Amino acid sequence: MTFDSLPMQLTELPGAVPAWQAEAEADALPDLCQSVKDQGGRLAALWGTDERDRGRGYALHLVLAKPEGMLWLRCALAEGEPRYPDLSPIFYPAQRMQRAARDLLGIDADAADRRPWLRHAAWRDTDRPLHRDHTATKVFDKGSNDYAFVSVSGDGVHEIPVGPVHAGTIEPGHFRFSIVGEKVLRLEEHLGYTHKGVDKRFQGMAFTEGARLAGRVSGDSTVAYAWAYCMAAESIARAAPPARALWLRALLLERERIANHLGDLGYLGNDGGLTVGLAQFMRLKEDVLRANARLFGHRYLMDRIVPGGVACDLDRAGLDALRTECDTLEAEVRRLKDIYDDHSGLQDRFLTCGRLTASTAGKLGVIGLAGRASSQEWDARVQAKPAPYDVLDVSMKTHKNGDVAARVILRFDEIFESLRLARAIVEGIAPGAVAAAMPAAPAGRMGLGWVEGWRGESVVALESGEDGRVRNCHAHDPSWQNWPAVAFAVYNNIVPDFPLINKSFNLSYSGCDL
Amino acid sequence: MYQLLKQIVRAGIKTEAPPQPDETLRVLGQKLQQEILGLFAGSLAIRHVDAGSCNGCELEIHMLNNPYYNIEGLGIKLVASPRHADLLLVTGPVARNMEEALKRTFDAMPAPKLVVAVGDCGCSGGIFGESYASCGRVSNVIAVDVAVPGCPPTPSALLQGILTAISSSGRD
Repeated sequence: MTFDSLPMQLTELPGAVPAWQAEAEADALPDLCQSVKDQGGRLAALWGTDERDRGRGYALHLVLAKPEGMLWLRCALAEGEPRYPDLSPIFYPAQRMQRAARDLLGIDADAADRRPWLRHAAWRDTDRPLHRDHTATKVFDKGSNDYAFVSVSGDGVHEIPVGPVHAGTIEPGHFRFSIVGEKVLRLEEHLGYTHKGVDKRFQGMAFTEGARLAGRVSGDSTVAYAWAYCMAAESIARAAPPARALWLRALLLERERIANHLGDLGYLGNDGGLTVGLAQFMRLKEDVLRANARLFGHRYLMDRIVPGGVACDLDRAGLDALRTECDTLEAEVRRLKDIYDDHSGLQDRFLTCGRLTASTAGKLGVIGLAGRASSQEWDARVQAKPAPYDVLDVSMKTHKNGDVAARVILRFDEIFESLRLARAIVEGIAPGAVAAAMPAAPAGRMGLGWVEGWRGESVVALESGEDGRVRNCHAHDPSWQNWPAVAFAVYNNIVPDFPLINKSFNLSYSGCDL
Repeated sequence: MYQLLKQIVRAGIKTEAPPQPDETLRVLGQKLQQEILGLFAGSLAIRHVDAGSCNGCELEIHMLNNPYYNIEGLGIKLVASPRHADLLLVTGPVARNMEEALKRTFDAMPAPKLVVAVGDCGCSGGIFGESYASCGRVSNVIAVDVAVPGCPPTPSALLQGILTAISSSGRD
């Protein structure tokens, strides 16, 4: 087993991905985390829950990941003094996750940065929204919104505040630039503007409804999240979706990847000044979305993946249509790739812009597409291999340059690989039913879902409650790990290149605002 | 350059006919004068604000500018500043952390102005509803003229909502 060198009792979480669960002492966390890091592992998620109703104070939860599996650690924290050691010196992404847990529950890491992250003014420092005794509709008195941005001093240094409302059609967030002339000396991000209270909203939902909420944590990754939620729910219920359902889930996931990459390639061309690239790619994306609506009933495939299987199927004609579509789309994208590659003006914008070195990416724990463009080899389809990826043999695409050009190249490479996978699925899809009944879920069981969405892994950690309802569900977006990297990538670039650099990452705001 | 021109010719013109307005989407009676509506019909500046959406609705707003819907061909343009805008397109339930930003954006728009709330979240709070973190539907925070349901609403439905907002048939 992957984590068995650690000094703890591991419980296997049966299901689609290799996962284990263990209870740990808060004081033992730094050594545990360091051991996992030394073995090539990283932090996948961190959050807290209120366990006072079960007489167990609060719980700090961590999910640690190695290529071969995930470990869900739960640490009891005393009700009177819920503190735990700061894990960010070991795992950089822990910083903001710890701050968010403090905002929602008051559990405290002994960290240097105790500024709020999700709490702007919607509740006070003394309020605890995730306390179970607060009802779902309780509204708190407003608090103060003073946020201590780090300021940069020196001759000629200016500050540009951007957002939360941005110039384009994009999610809200605040970026505080410190600049000299046009050059960016420092970028500080302040997010949390789309915090909708998702962790609280999950509590008490019926299992099937939970998949609908998971699919709306970050709309462009609805398939990845719904699948991750269903993996967790099926693990808890000991349910086995039929083989055909799993093949269809993979097909939907790859179509989501293709659609997002097409849109991004268009926007990256646009941000580099080649507006015709946007027109061409968005035409192709519209074709894919219309095919999604015709074949599966929804342009973005929302609510297609449900606990027990999928809510759609493909007949002979549908499979033929997909075959044709793969061929047409591949030819079109290859032509556009040639145009992009040969366009010297565009390449001049892309090359060396917004460079995130492999070394920095490694220290920051960057994952997903942005990670792979900087040599960070993480892809759950290749490592966790949930069925049918265990037979599909995905080729992980990586690049070492970590600039905008690398993130563009990777999107092209992944489109071609996803088209190859789509063809393989169409040829190899198992016959039979597309859904199985979900057995009743006993209370108090934990399940984990781990799916490689288009921007990175979506992780869903689910605990069942009484009466077939959710006790707690935490959905984790790869953008938690990757947002800090944007601040490093933009360093020493000029401000007008920020939209291009930001778009090359295309991270989710709603996904980590929760 | 030649390959690019060849691709443009090969791809061709894809623009489809726009939908007709749908008065069932209207929340408030049309309050603008016919003269103003006549001006908006050929030239409408839209400011979008994401007040807390999951980003699904944004994807469909992006698609409005693709060659099939081509809203710029109808004289409809998305603008960078509320001070340039005639219509405010709001997505999402209004997250409490975005309440002030939404109000300030609306206040920064010069009159005459219209508001279209987008999606099930914009219309009713959607799956997120009202909570410590969410104000719920957009009309809980600012006055809404037209509300377009859907999760997300298709680009056609969005365009229908926008055209309804500037249509004179809803005048009292």
